[in-house]
Amino acid sequence: MKYEQNLYRILKKENLAKDIYRFVIECPAVAGVASCGQFVHILPKGYTLRRPISICEIDADKGTLTIVFAVRGEGTDAIASLSAGDFIDMLAPLGHGFSLPQAERVLLIGGGIGVPPMLTLAQHYGSHAVMISGFRSADAVILQNDFNAAGAKTILCTDDGSAGLHAMVTVPLEEEIKTAKPDMIFTCGPTPMLRAVAQLAEKYDIPCEVSMEERMGCGIGACLVCACKTKRENGEIHASHVCKDGPVFNAKEVAWNG
Amino acid sequence: MADLSVKVAGVSFKNPIIPASGVFGYGREYAELFPLSTLGGIATKGTTITKRNGNDAPRIAETTAGMLNSVGLQNPGIDAFIETELPYLLEQDTTILANIAGSTIDECVEIAQKLEQTDVHMIELNISCPNVKQGGMAFGATCEGAEAITAAVRKATTKPLVVKLSPNVTSITDIAKCVEAAGADALSLINTVLGMRIDVNTRRPILKNNMGGFSGPAIFPIAVRMVWQTANAVSIPIIGMGGVASGKDAAELMLAGASAVQVGAAIFTDPYAPVRIINELNDYLDSHGIAAARDLIGGVQPW
Repeated sequence: MKYEQNLYRILKKENLAKDIYRFVIECPAVAGVASCGQFVHILPKGYTLRRPISICEIDADKGTLTIVFAVRGEGTDAIASLSAGDFIDMLAPLGHGFSLPQAERVLLIGGGIGVPPMLTLAQHYGSHAVMISGFRSADAVILQNDFNAAGAKTILCTDDGSAGLHAMVTVPLEEEIKTAKPDMIFTCGPTPMLRAVAQLAEKYDIPCEVSMEERMGCGIGACLVCACKTKRENGEIHASHVCKDGPVFNAKEVAWNG
Repeated sequence: MADLSVKVAGVSFKNPIIPASGVFGYGREYAELFPLSTLGGIATKGTTITKRNGNDAPRIAETTAGMLNSVGLQNPGIDAFIETELPYLLEQDTTILANIAGSTIDECVEIAQKLEQTDVHMIELNISCPNVKQGGMAFGATCEGAEAITAAVRKATTKPLVVKLSPNVTSITDIAKCVEAAGADALSLINTVLGMRIDVNTRRPILKNNMGGFSGPAIFPIAVRMVWQTANAVSIPIIGMGGVASGKDAAELMLAGASAVQVGAAIFTDPYAPVRIINELNDYLDSHGIAAARDLIGGVQPW
């Protein structure tokens, strides 16, 4: 089984911040094959299209996945109205995840709702990981204790300085790179942030993987709606797809200005 | 178990349910979920002569009971289709309709000539794509345009030729008659309805292409009406589509005059939709004591 669609029980629901929810979902078959950086495709009841949400934690032993998502519109609001004990319609696990190479030091950079998918990586790399999180303000900060519990060093930034550093994530990122060059950078968040992180990775010649987002249809690579422009080795611009070729891409592959 | 088999222009389908062009790629992704051999047929992604990257994203937006798309015919080109995708599809024990969507008449003719050398079962000529600047819907918007391209492709192929019509016209029956006169063996309808959504916060259209093709359950009544009108206007068979989401919807479109039924947007909601619809259609036939799906075709009793 690569992926399946079914109804799964929500074991636990938490409101982490304004409009940000965490669900723990019982789905042993999916948890057994899921990997870091993949996503689940959730159908809000009564809607036509599914909503892609990245996986935040995988517990194959307990047979659970954890997702953290933001209410962005009516569809995600309908998903957020579900409660523990309810069933959720999911097509999962989907997409091409992070490569997880052997590494002594990795830097994880998350912005806003791009922070949750970094947790699977922090749990994989433990004390070898430094997690740099960026949020709008103190009231939007989530998951910092979870990153600490995973053993990662955590650095917090906010746009307004109401918590942690009053800085863009790229400021501590460049300091960490200068302190000790990492083997790998992983990042997820708004596209301008991803582009800035990719530029720093290129400047210091560090391999970098980025998790992209796009409005999706099928979620499995058939309908071709979630296009992301990529560069091929011969320089040709190609329309790759976030759902199947991604969501995780090598930063050098992405045609940032395409 | 009812007899679900149907024939369209002499081509056999084990059941009337066909994933529509564009939603199903070349089937590989859905083969992870169910055997493709359960399907009546597969209409492949619209193919052009050379590779196309399609439109910029976002290419999809939710609507009330439906969706908009503006993919813009992204595909690897006819040679890659014939070399890489078609051999796989022809091994799946189902009927394959190759959807072709050139931007000029010459391009469509050349694609049809290339397919003539293959074992593909049918050609579905798309004269109704709303998301490309050249060709597409422009071919299907006038009788003259529809007739010219149908006649040219007709000469280029001995394969059964289905012509896929746009609902974005003043009179679909006029277009249908012209296409029939030009030598089409069957019609498929409806392609998507041209639509648009705007984000009221940013004042930007949600689709980067501004407009897109509207599909899903919301357009089903338009499809039923157009299939019914067209079935009364021509004598060639019709493959119906547009918002079909259940076995009863498929039965309804067949009662309106469709010989087979394509399923599009429903597969995004339920990836098993084509298989579920086949089972539901069978249940409907059994519960009504109807021996064969083909007995439904055109069976509506209008007032």
